[in-house]
Amino acid sequence: MFNATVSWHDIVFMLRGAGMTLMLTFWSVLGGTVLGTVFGVLRASAPGWPSAAVGALFDVFRSIPLLIQIILANAFAPMVGLDISAFAVACVVLAIYGAAYCTEIVRAGVLAVPQATRRAARSLGMSWWDDLIAIVFPIALRVGLPGWIGLALGLMKDSSLVLWIGVIELLRSSQIVVTRTQEPLLVLAIAGAIYFAISFPIGRAGAWLERRWQDQ
Amino acid sequence: MIEIEDVHKSFGALEVLKGVSLTVSRGEVVSVIGGSGSGKSTLLMCVNGLEPINSGRVLVDGTDVHARGTNLNQLRRKIGIVFQQWNSFPHLTVLENVMLAPRKVLKKSRAEAEATAVEKLVHVGLRDKLTAYPSKLSGGQQQRMAIARALAMSPDYMLFDEVTSALDPQLVGEVLDTMRLLSSEGMTMVVVTHEIRFARDVSHRVAFVREGLIHEIGPPEQVIANPQRAETIAFLKSVR
Amino acid sequence: MVNYSFHWRPVFEALPDMLWGCLVTIEIAVLSTAIGIVFGVALALARTSGGKIASGFALSWIEFGRNTPGLFQIYLAYFGLGSFGLHLNSYAALTAGIAFNNASYLAETFRGGLRAIPVTQTRAARSLGMSAPEAFRLVVLPQLFRVVYYPITNQMIFSVLMTALGLTVGLDTDLAGVTQRFNVLTYRTFEYFTVAAVLYYLIAKVLMLAARLAAWRLFRY
Repeated sequence: MFNATVSWHDIVFMLRGAGMTLMLTFWSVLGGTVLGTVFGVLRASAPGWPSAAVGALFDVFRSIPLLIQIILANAFAPMVGLDISAFAVACVVLAIYGAAYCTEIVRAGVLAVPQATRRAARSLGMSWWDDLIAIVFPIALRVGLPGWIGLALGLMKDSSLVLWIGVIELLRSSQIVVTRTQEPLLVLAIAGAIYFAISFPIGRAGAWLERRWQDQ
Repeated sequence: MIEIEDVHKSFGALEVLKGVSLTVSRGEVVSVIGGSGSGKSTLLMCVNGLEPINSGRVLVDGTDVHARGTNLNQLRRKIGIVFQQWNSFPHLTVLENVMLAPRKVLKKSRAEAEATAVEKLVHVGLRDKLTAYPSKLSGGQQQRMAIARALAMSPDYMLFDEVTSALDPQLVGEVLDTMRLLSSEGMTMVVVTHEIRFARDVSHRVAFVREGLIHEIGPPEQVIANPQRAETIAFLKSVR
Repeated sequence: MVNYSFHWRPVFEALPDMLWGCLVTIEIAVLSTAIGIVFGVALALARTSGGKIASGFALSWIEFGRNTPGLFQIYLAYFGLGSFGLHLNSYAALTAGIAFNNASYLAETFRGGLRAIPVTQTRAARSLGMSAPEAFRLVVLPQLFRVVYYPITNQMIFSVLMTALGLTVGLDTDLAGVTQRFNVLTYRTFEYFTVAAVLYYLIAKVLMLAARLAAWRLFRY
């Protein structure tokens, strides 16, 4: 079944695409987590209209197809004179999209910390910041990690959409190989295997961590 | 008549019933008392076939409950059971809860089933809760609904599995009163309970179960007021 | 700041076509969710009560669907099935891809839903003399419906967003496709896709509202 028309050169090409996928994932997860943490803590700690406004804004980003957001951002950049690469546009859009979900995950994690526990910490003289770092963070982390891992994997999969604006990630590179070799099933099978190889272990590790923490 | 003959039952390696024999005649009220893990609830579930047995026989009006050819669905129409957790069907109103089995199992018409249901619900004191959903009822009310639900099938026997153990103390009385009413009407009842006073007042016989065996059985004047076996004495002292 | 002159009028003239596109979008979403439910239930049953082969097959489907991108699955339907002689047009490939994806996620929803209903409910129903199928149909299924309702409606709204991927396989009748058709004619990308974005947002919100209203009528308890 292994056809000589799909060469090692092609596979290396696809692996370079996979590398691009991982780069996109890295930056979007980083950006999304930082933004999401800031706004998540904000939403959890300051209820009222600022929180609601932030919530509504991020809800917009969750209610519009990601591909549309990518197209809009790519069209918008030159309009304001930004001469940035498609890769940069992709990272920004994916980061904001990730932040839209991460905000809710962080918010839920922070809210999961019992008020009584936090009050106890403050009564011992800890500052708001100390309480956040030493008390809230560990508990919120345990609550939010499964969701966060799901989000990270989701961003990895969603990064495939940036092929539309010319970024050569894994799926686009697969398409290019298919065009050259006319072996769609085989090439897509290899691409699928690569996606699976990236996603499955991380998902399993997350599930293992979740179980381990639950037992404690 | 319910005849339990030398029933053994194990859950895996743990033997829970080690040869229990008991006969319950029509019109009798038999209370079963004992500590947790003594096997009393398991015994009840073996009577209507919810739990299989390892050896022995359970006969209800001559039918072997655990025989291969027995139609359990049909048999269960004769045996009503009320559990510790009332198990209300949350998606149905109180009236619909009680009507469901008469309609689907006894194939009664809607009007007939409704009339029966209303009658039973009034009987247990839930006249003004007919259209409410179980989630709006207290535990005691849901338990009485469970009793009405079982009664709507016109069973010959009623089994009660610690039906007041999960209730707040102030709700226990209303359920016990309902059970008293049933017994005064001549219903055959097997009542697994922690309520010793109830057992003493209402039963014809009381059975004390410990570690999978009936250690003592007899009228309440004997078993509760004047126990013969050391284990019975010890148990009654521990719950006083 | 912005060296661009906005031309909104052509977009508003294209609005009727875009609104028709919205209908196609919703149609694909509903269809792919319905198919996803059917296969999702089958997969859940295969996982819980199937034999080794059925359970293994279901597990492979679910893990494959959850660990690869939705776009990849759509590509597989559009480009990959051709190797088996099955040539799907873009509408069919998009619907099939989204349905496959939906089934993978809904299978877990149904499995969890079944687990959420206490076995004591079945026990109470059987004690009243109901047969096993009757107990399942009359007592378990209605409660299951309540438990899976919002996951399913959320999955459907997510499917609406996923239909935009039809662009990559050349679909031009749904909202994104119609918008793109006008885009390549006029290159007013920003204006057209902004209106499309607004329409997607509205569809998502209306569907969520409809779901809440329906739930209020269906689940009075």
